[in-house]
Amino acid sequence: MDYQLIVPYIPNLRRYARALVGDRDGADDLVQDTLERAVRKFHLWRPGDLRAWLFSIMHNVFVNQLKARKIAPQVEIDEATIAAPIPTVTSVDVLDLQRALQCLAPEQREVLLLVALEDMTYADVSNALGIPIGTVMSRLSRGRERLRKLMAGEVSRSGLRVVQ
Amino acid sequence: MTEEEDRLEYADQNNALRRQFDSVLTEPIPARMYMKRPAWLDYARAAVLVGVGVAVGFALPMLKPAQPNPAAFVTPLPIRAARAHLVYSPEVRHPVEVDAKEQEHLVKWLSKRLDMQLRVPVLANDGFELLGGRLLPGVDGPVAQFMYQDSTGKRLTLYVTRPHKGDELTAFRFAQEGPVSVFYWVDRDCGYALSGELDRAQLARVASSVYRQLEP
Repeated sequence: MDYQLIVPYIPNLRRYARALVGDRDGADDLVQDTLERAVRKFHLWRPGDLRAWLFSIMHNVFVNQLKARKIAPQVEIDEATIAAPIPTVTSVDVLDLQRALQCLAPEQREVLLLVALEDMTYADVSNALGIPIGTVMSRLSRGRERLRKLMAGEVSRSGLRVVQ
Repeated sequence: MTEEEDRLEYADQNNALRRQFDSVLTEPIPARMYMKRPAWLDYARAAVLVGVGVAVGFALPMLKPAQPNPAAFVTPLPIRAARAHLVYSPEVRHPVEVDAKEQEHLVKWLSKRLDMQLRVPVLANDGFELLGGRLLPGVDGPVAQFMYQDSTGKRLTLYVTRPHKGDELTAFRFAQEGPVSVFYWVDRDCGYALSGELDRAQLARVASSVYRQLEP
């Protein structure tokens, strides 16, 4: 296999992972695991969209990592509940973007970041994550709305509405 | 929120996310990510290469034809005839071994050596008289060459051979080998080639006369 084909995508994979995982070391571990898996599975790649293929591998690795930490949500999260770990932040008013992202359910975060950072179409995201396009759209709209509220301070990280 | 507000809000989100994370794109890539072929992959690759090498080593002798086909390397009849023509036709003192004056002996001798009944075409109507003939080595047996000459000293040779394995049966054909024009044909029993430094049309007239006399 030609690893040189993959190298150009490393910066994008790292950017996405950084936003997805939150911390630098965890993100680079995710990238590293993704690259190693891509090398092992490269014979399965059929010439086509290498980027989508790499992101789908990263998705699988990410899901496995979540499972390993036993924080994978069992059900689709709606915006009133939060299953994501609660960051240790004292301020409940406005969260910085990075922390707000971590308050999104992981599957909403994935969709939102692939669209916002990678400019992926719904079809691309659907392929990369292995979910129907309808699910892509609903996760995206929920994620966007939730992120907006978090940034606006309309909802606290604990999932409780801020009393106006 | 209206749809328009949504759209703006979402564009803002995209921009904010990019501002936040685009710097990662230009961070130096950690060296560990450049690897990153597991060592076993190198060993596996080496093993595969060795395997391929061994397989090729075994396969090559089998791929080689057991017996090189000699027919494939035989010089074609018209070229053999043209070369013989070029060698003997310039001879001034010894153009032939047996002179036309001993034609009966010549034909008997060459027929015996080629193990076939030879006939000598008469080309007087085309302006050529028989000078005589000689025995030549062929690809895998003797060959007869008859030589004719016209009043200007121009010479033709008729090359007669048993067909060799590489000589495919063919009707009347023309070939040009350097200065020499050749008309030739190969039938089941015999191959004939008439060679001369004539142009194609002139030689064709003589050759068709030869053909008529030899292939009744």
